[in-house]
Amino acid sequence: MGLLSKKDQKLILDPLADDNPITIQVLGICSALAITAQLKASIVMSISVLFVLGVGNVVISLMRNIIPSKIRIIVQLIVVATLVIIVDQVLKAYAYSLSKELSVFVGLIITNCIIMGRFEAFALGNGPWRSFLDGIGNALGYGVILIIVGFFRELLGSGTLLGFKVLGDPIGDPVTGPTGLYSIGYENNGFMLLSPMALIVVGLIIWVQRSRNKALIEEN
Amino acid sequence: MGLKQNLHKIKMKYEGKKMAPAFNAIHTFLYSPNETTHSGSHIRAVDDLKRTMNTVIMALVPCLIFGIFNAGYQHYLAAGEIESATSFFSGDFWSMQNFSKGAWKVLPLVVISYGVGLLVEFIFAVIKGHEVEEGYLVTGMLVPLIVPVDTPLWMLSVAVIFGVVIGKEVFGGTGMNILNPALTIRAFLFFAYPTWMSGDKVWVTEAKELAGGPDAISGETILGSLAQNKPFDYDVADMFLGFIPGSVGETSTILILLGGLFLIFSKIGSWRIMLSMALGGLAMGLIFNGVVSQEWITESSKFYSLMSTEFWHHLIIGGFAFGMVFMATDPVTASQTNKGKWIYGFLAGFISVMIRVFNPAYPEGVMLAILLMNVFAPTIDHYVVQGNVKKRMKRLKVKTA
Repeated sequence: MGLLSKKDQKLILDPLADDNPITIQVLGICSALAITAQLKASIVMSISVLFVLGVGNVVISLMRNIIPSKIRIIVQLIVVATLVIIVDQVLKAYAYSLSKELSVFVGLIITNCIIMGRFEAFALGNGPWRSFLDGIGNALGYGVILIIVGFFRELLGSGTLLGFKVLGDPIGDPVTGPTGLYSIGYENNGFMLLSPMALIVVGLIIWVQRSRNKALIEEN
Repeated sequence: MGLKQNLHKIKMKYEGKKMAPAFNAIHTFLYSPNETTHSGSHIRAVDDLKRTMNTVIMALVPCLIFGIFNAGYQHYLAAGEIESATSFFSGDFWSMQNFSKGAWKVLPLVVISYGVGLLVEFIFAVIKGHEVEEGYLVTGMLVPLIVPVDTPLWMLSVAVIFGVVIGKEVFGGTGMNILNPALTIRAFLFFAYPTWMSGDKVWVTEAKELAGGPDAISGETILGSLAQNKPFDYDVADMFLGFIPGSVGETSTILILLGGLFLIFSKIGSWRIMLSMALGGLAMGLIFNGVVSQEWITESSKFYSLMSTEFWHHLIIGGFAFGMVFMATDPVTASQTNKGKWIYGFLAGFISVMIRVFNPAYPEGVMLAILLMNVFAPTIDHYVVQGNVKKRMKRLKVKTA
């Protein structure tokens, strides 16, 4: 990363692990629970948030000196809403079935705490380039967790990855019966498709992360 | 006492080593430890955690034995090889044939439940460097009793690992858990593998092989039949004695009651919770009966069969009795205060019957109701304690004024 200074690198790399928006700041949990049953949906959601947060942070940062602080939340909302509508329209135009699947959750990116959080905490006080990096970093940190959760939920819940039957075919053809793991009696775990299990998977990630890096454990 | 001395010597030799907790667990399971408190004003009693657990296990053994016979009995009855039992001591039920069939199916469940669960406990004890806790002794016995007899062993292992780690270890181990681990394991199975945990194909062992075709013979539980407004041919005696299909150890209400009495007289189980839970179930049953007799609900309603079931039948069908005696009374997850126990038990019974009737997709409302009340138990205790504090403050004011 010769392009970036040490400080700028930190902006991107910190949210990926030690300052992760989901596992450390515990923001944006709702969407992490709602749309991670399929890996594809997780990836699309991550990209959408990447776009909204990256562009949004730059826009807010550029306007930061002219936004009256009394109405800054409204201004931020308008910026997010605009960007989210763009994402929503693009999805509807080019990936209609996926847009159906994500349904209301694309619209709910507006209320994703990470976005407002980064606007408030970073973009309002930093220049556009650094804000852009911060937005990208946090969106990537969010996306990494979403993709990990989506990976396990789709693999264990449906036995597929991105729709491919990686564990074999549970029904198979009528003569030979199920194939792959299913032929020896394996079954999909229906619990993985329910949101509570997503919370537990996020919890397990938090557990693993904190037991690897003791500095992250909060005092209480 | 040669063995005891030798074990103690080995213990001394390896003290502080990594595997010491695993060894100590086996040691203290066999004998009381050599070092006990010698001085000071401590209460010295033999009923430690291990003794408590063993008492519960003793209360469970009759259910387990009955479950083994019942597994075989239901199988051969469905196959048409034997007559249905007419009395509790019927030779058709207590036969060697039933026992061997049932034991072949049930004992692996027990072995897997204990083996996997204790393995997880040992691993956690070694990693965390504390002694192995006895909490799993009862859980390990409860789990095989509350699952359908044909539950695949690998599913049970996955569920046990999940239940022990997520239901107990993440909260800090025995005594710190919010949810009853055995019910957590069952709930996991129920939501993860619903086709193995409900419906009419899972309660009679080898149902598919019996039918000789892709369609299994139907061995519906009473609750399952009621939920679909279908008739069933079990009378009250069958339900009370336990000659009905169901999870392994929960069918025989009479043996569960005997176990419950044993727990009450050994002061291990709380009679307040058991009684209030029964009252709660009866109250909800009476309300439903009232609704039917007022003719607000007619036979065309999908709730009709379950609602018109006589209110006290709810206590002897399904897992109500088992949940009441062995699940709701778990001292860790239940309410601690006496008043709290009444509220906790009553609501658990009340909600059990409510879930049963209103959500036929979850015929076993007992599990969900107890888990729900587990979550609320600390809240109930909090308000009971605060209420008491307030009352005393008032009394103090009156006195000083």
